[in-house]
Amino acid sequence: MRKNILIAGGAIAALLLARNIWVILTQLPDEKFQGAIFRIIFFHVPAAFTCFLCFLASLIAGLAYLKSKKLNYDAFGVSVVEVGLAFGAVNLLTGMIWARIIWGIWWTWDWRLTSMLICWLLYAGYLVLRRAIDEPTERARMSAVMSVLNFSVVPFVFFSIKWFRTQHPQPVLFGEGKMDSGYRAMLYGNWVPILIVAAILIAVRYVQEKQQREIDALRREAHMI
Amino acid sequence: MQFLRQTLTVTAKDLRSELRTKEAVNASLSFALVILILFSFAFDPTSETTREIAGGLLWLVFAFAGVLILNRSFARELANDCLETLVSSPVPGSALFVGKSLANYALLIAIEVVCLPVFGVFYNVTWWSRPWELAMVLALTTWGLTVVGTLFSALTVNLRLREVMLPMLVYPALIPCLMAAMQLTTTLVAGEPIAGDQWAWVRLLAGFDIIFTSLAVLLIDAVLIG
Repeated sequence: MRKNILIAGGAIAALLLARNIWVILTQLPDEKFQGAIFRIIFFHVPAAFTCFLCFLASLIAGLAYLKSKKLNYDAFGVSVVEVGLAFGAVNLLTGMIWARIIWGIWWTWDWRLTSMLICWLLYAGYLVLRRAIDEPTERARMSAVMSVLNFSVVPFVFFSIKWFRTQHPQPVLFGEGKMDSGYRAMLYGNWVPILIVAAILIAVRYVQEKQQREIDALRREAHMI
Repeated sequence: MQFLRQTLTVTAKDLRSELRTKEAVNASLSFALVILILFSFAFDPTSETTREIAGGLLWLVFAFAGVLILNRSFARELANDCLETLVSSPVPGSALFVGKSLANYALLIAIEVVCLPVFGVFYNVTWWSRPWELAMVLALTTWGLTVVGTLFSALTVNLRLREVMLPMLVYPALIPCLMAAMQLTTTLVAGEPIAGDQWAWVRLLAGFDIIFTSLAVLLIDAVLIG
């Protein structure tokens, strides 16, 4: 049943993505100043949204674990962090491709880009921390604490674009310089299939983590006997 | 009142044990001086560019040297089950944490105060031109370093490869704090006052300190006890 839901979700996401890509490449007009590479924004920004949403979910999972001590929350926590890191990497890489074409450089140390990289490193540290702890309860506890600490750095990323004058394009969704509504519709529209893909990946990883825990428990039991 | 007494007892204990052996302080100070010397090979220490990167350089040195002290903070309690004893004592986790943070703070400030004149001599920088503002930046940033570092020290105390894990986990979390300090210190060491919009960095430091101190005090029981 669960597997069928995941497959159905995957099919819907594939169809939506195919339709969106067709619209992006054929229907939407070129942006006035940027030309064709502008279209990367329809993957770049939704990937960032998904990444932050995953990190928020990891905060909630961490707090839920600390409150209830149920290891399922820990399994969910590691799943969302891994998927969040993947989409964060998509965001960084698509941004670098865009930057190479538009600015002529692969990277610049303005605060927006730097903050995204810091967030990515923080959560990568979360995964490294997990690798260093063998005992599941202790690992869950430390991971939960770390996800709470990490998330407190994430707001700096969101508000940085307002606080510091940067090389990154100014906000286009809120405030002045808002994108044309046609573009905005596609940007949010492309977020839907990306979210579905993220949800499928999280579900698969969650089940995997629970099964791993079961295997570890059986192994410990076997060693005792 | 009792909380304060317990906190200061832990601080006194930590400072006393550290000052008896001076292990961490010596290692940290030597490391700081060596890095200062090494940096002089990375660029020409007498040129104008040094003024521009002075703040950054200084805080890199403090951050690297500081982690040595922060690592020792909880690691020194591992021998003879001291950590278990402390955790099971009537001292609440938060008092233990704040006590250790205060001790680390004192040690870090001492190291910074020793490094500043050395830095001034090696790089020909007059760092004393705006003393009060510099003291404020040092005080705020060092507290941020201490609080986050001590919490991560507690987190990593039982891990294998603790000495490697702590720097790797703590530096990304410290970047906002260090960045603000670097910007402000570069300005102050050049003799300029903190300009109007640079006070945003000071507010960032204060906010960072407040947020992470509160978070650390709230989370320390989860880390130490579970």
